[in-house]
Amino acid sequence: MVVKVYGPARAACPQRVMACLLEKGIDFQIVSVDLDSGEQKKPDFLALQPFGQVPVVEEEEEGFRLFESRAIIRYYATKHADQGTDLLGSTLKEQALVNQWLEVEAHNYNEPLFAIVLQLLVFPSMGLPTDSAVVKSNEARLSQVLDVYDQHLAKNKYLAGQFFSLADLSHLPGTQHLVTTLGMSHLVKERQHVNAWWEDISSRPAWKKVLQLVPKPLE
Amino acid sequence: MAAPIKVFGPAMSTATARVLACLLESQLQFDLVPVDMSKGQHKKPEFLGIQPFGQVPAFQDEHISLFESRAICRYIVDKYTEKGKRGLLGMETLERASIEQWLEAESQSFNPPSSALVFQLAFAPRMKLKQDPNLIAQNEAKLSKVLDVYEQRLGDSRFLAGDEFTLADLSHLPNAQYLINATDRAALFTSRKNVNRWWEEISGRTSWKKVVEMQQTPLPSSSST
Repeated sequence: MVVKVYGPARAACPQRVMACLLEKGIDFQIVSVDLDSGEQKKPDFLALQPFGQVPVVEEEEEGFRLFESRAIIRYYATKHADQGTDLLGSTLKEQALVNQWLEVEAHNYNEPLFAIVLQLLVFPSMGLPTDSAVVKSNEARLSQVLDVYDQHLAKNKYLAGQFFSLADLSHLPGTQHLVTTLGMSHLVKERQHVNAWWEDISSRPAWKKVLQLVPKPLE
Repeated sequence: MAAPIKVFGPAMSTATARVLACLLESQLQFDLVPVDMSKGQHKKPEFLGIQPFGQVPAFQDEHISLFESRAICRYIVDKYTEKGKRGLLGMETLERASIEQWLEAESQSFNPPSSALVFQLAFAPRMKLKQDPNLIAQNEAKLSKVLDVYEQRLGDSRFLAGDEFTLADLSHLPNAQYLINATDRAALFTSRKNVNRWWEEISGRTSWKKVVEMQQTPLPSSSST
């Protein structure tokens, strides 16, 4: 069984899925989608993912298809609970905490981060102006969120407790952007416990492999 | 004796209402502990101790203290649904995958524009805050596109994840309730045939009607069913 992951390897949401599949030791194949030419909004792709977003995963022999990266990672982490890294926790309480911090990432972390990505990366690539006030206000929001993280990570090695889980994994793609392409690594480095957590989770072999899968730009 | 389940937050908050709907669907007893947001109670140290981001709701039972409404709902269903009973998260992994997919669609595609519109159109006037016409127009356009996808899906399927009412449908109730009943934008839903059919069905559930009643109750009180 090979899982097909539709989406360019450089995009954050497919990366979230790839990191999970690698942690679980599940074979997959990337089917690239050309976001720059709007392939994701064309009828062929909309038939797979009606919102026109990446990723979507497919297991052809099973007739199985799923979209929304956080739903996909929950599915594979549950289905293959006994294989690879345990990403969900072993008790109902641990699972609830994983879900809690996954929701925090989806709402409190991702929203301001994505607003910054739009302004600093997406709009310029489309020839549109950057609104620096929007960048500033979202940076301030993200700072407040990271203050809470820092307090929490002072008492917990990982977000859901003492074990690496989907909650931490879900932060990998966005935070990678934050510390590299967005040039905001100070937000992480200035916070002792956030920094230690980031150093730990970003050095995992599965995450390093995801980054290797991103095609290098042509010279 | 006080019920072991406590929910902290005002019933009129959409996220709090999401949790109330789940508890009532699951036929569980609980106490609703009011949080006076107009007085900034949610930013005070006592509340930050149970929700460090200063947002409602928070949830406690004898085993755990939790926040984030959709995480709370998942916990309620996993912990309190009888084994072997078809519940809000389905019976097995494959069924649950489809429910999780539409729950994430609600969280990522439906919630942002609908929340913005609820705030601008239903809450800002009450709070005497200035509305932002650009923001309203942008989010109305976004929500329309999302509801077009829902219209297609609900033409093929009775509920979002399949033939049964699930957490994926429930999660939409609070924002949609405000938009349809407290703003002049009801047509976003009612003009779409399948979306309207689905809305009539999910909002007609006894548990949701009880939540709406709780939202309209002026005095904060402990409540149990």
